[in-house]
Amino acid sequence: MRRHVTAYGFLSAALVVFAVFSWYPIVRGVVLSFQQVNFVTSPDWVGWENFERLFADPLFGVAWRNTLYFTVLALIIGFGVPFLTAVVLNELRHAKGYFRLLVYLPVMLPPVVTALLWKWFYDPGPGLFNSVLRGLGLPTSQWLDSADTSMISLVLVITWANMGSATLIYLAALQTIPGELYEAADLDGAGIVRKVWHITIPQTKFVILMLLLLQVVATMQIFTEPFIMTGGGPEESTVTVLLLLYRYAFYYNDFGTASALSLILFAVLGVFSFLYLKITKRSDA
Amino acid sequence: MRTLTRGTGKLYWVVLTITLVLFTAAFLLPLVWVLLGAFKPPAELAQQPPTILPQTWEPGAYVDAWNYMELGKFFVNTLVVAIGAWAVQMAVIVPAAYALSKLRPAFGNAIMGLMLATLMLPSTAVLVPVYLTLVDLGLLNNPAGIWLPAAANALNVYLLKRFFDQIPEELLEAARIDGAGTWTTLVRIVLPISRPILAVVSIFAVVAAWKDFIWPLLVFPDPAKQTLSVALQRFAPDTPINLLLAGLVLASLPMVALFLAFQRHILAGLTAGGVKG
Repeated sequence: MRRHVTAYGFLSAALVVFAVFSWYPIVRGVVLSFQQVNFVTSPDWVGWENFERLFADPLFGVAWRNTLYFTVLALIIGFGVPFLTAVVLNELRHAKGYFRLLVYLPVMLPPVVTALLWKWFYDPGPGLFNSVLRGLGLPTSQWLDSADTSMISLVLVITWANMGSATLIYLAALQTIPGELYEAADLDGAGIVRKVWHITIPQTKFVILMLLLLQVVATMQIFTEPFIMTGGGPEESTVTVLLLLYRYAFYYNDFGTASALSLILFAVLGVFSFLYLKITKRSDA
Repeated sequence: MRTLTRGTGKLYWVVLTITLVLFTAAFLLPLVWVLLGAFKPPAELAQQPPTILPQTWEPGAYVDAWNYMELGKFFVNTLVVAIGAWAVQMAVIVPAAYALSKLRPAFGNAIMGLMLATLMLPSTAVLVPVYLTLVDLGLLNNPAGIWLPAAANALNVYLLKRFFDQIPEELLEAARIDGAGTWTTLVRIVLPISRPILAVVSIFAVVAAWKDFIWPLLVFPDPAKQTLSVALQRFAPDTPINLLLAGLVLASLPMVALFLAFQRHILAGLTAGGVKG
């Protein structure tokens, strides 16, 4: 009995913090979705009104389309690039420390710093990227200033800023592949592409899947970069779900509708998070 | 160890050279470009094509940026937020992980499960309710508004618990026979053994707090209380570009220094399960 008392003494601070800032907000978020909330009057129950307001907002569809487009682009670029980088780095026996240092350096920069730096690089006039393109005699781009290229420009920043973690995690996974597998493949006369396809990818598929799911969850919550670099523009081409949520909550002070949007986002992301936990649990066993 | 290729031929050196050039161009040159850019006067920065090395060196930009944006104040604010977030989180999660691992209270597994369940929740799904809770508790413009929610970190509780689980029971039993209480055992026996995992969890807690943007943006409406990230984005539109660049460099230096100092811990921590980050 005394053991339990001591144990709960040690647990008490964590229980309070989790209860107030994690468990209770989850319940409160669901409740808020069905209420009208402002700081003036006490909350009113409004049924599905918040959801109806969202569905009637043309930006709701735009935000989801943008977020999905962003997620797909981020998967093609932000998922493929770190894996290929790790495969190449795993073959190199020189300057290993230098490569690891460099690829992870951007991860340490505060996202606000990265976003403001890249905004300066993207400047269509004297910006770094167009200057380099001009110097090479290549066509320049409007980058963030055009609705056609704004989203892919954001994906490039985020890939640059975050690929270090994924690359190093893949690299660690690649190093666990038994060398004999490649030796056997060599005896069969397999080329590089066949070895990657038949050995490297199957042997690391657990890590690949885990990072894929984590990345989907992270990219769908994208906020800082569009908030700072584009503010959702041009022509609402970079309004993401989270940017819309922020507008409802902190521009219109409509916390009920913002919560309804969180609930929808949660339902969508919950599926991916659930799969992630299932997979990591299996690896622990 | 054998990998994809044998890696001795001419092709190896070609690939190595290309990778070296690409990595340097992609990850180092942009940062050097900014470092140099801050030394150039605004007129030179607007020039096309750009100058590579500054024609006129203006090292004063770093000092001017510090004074113009009052960076000293925001550095202190950010330090208070980051160090406090680390200290509060450690004070909350270390005893909790120890209790769950070694004291095995009734419903311990259920509590761990409830904590882990919060990991399934995207952090932004509770943005509004946590914000309103902070308003109710009067924690706006108070660093505790960052510290307390950050302490509810289920992943770190789990990582610590998993590490504590591997500490042999006999070691704790021996301490108990010597008359050590639960608290003494934690401080004298468990914590020293757990230094590697504590280092990893600590570094990631500080880095996460330093990098965070959305929470300080919401918690500190008062400009005087803001962190570097929030202040920089507020100053960005009306600050001369060379001063802004200098400010961005200065705000990143502590994180770069931390990385160079603890590189081994950070890179090891990445694969230890601290995947988020």
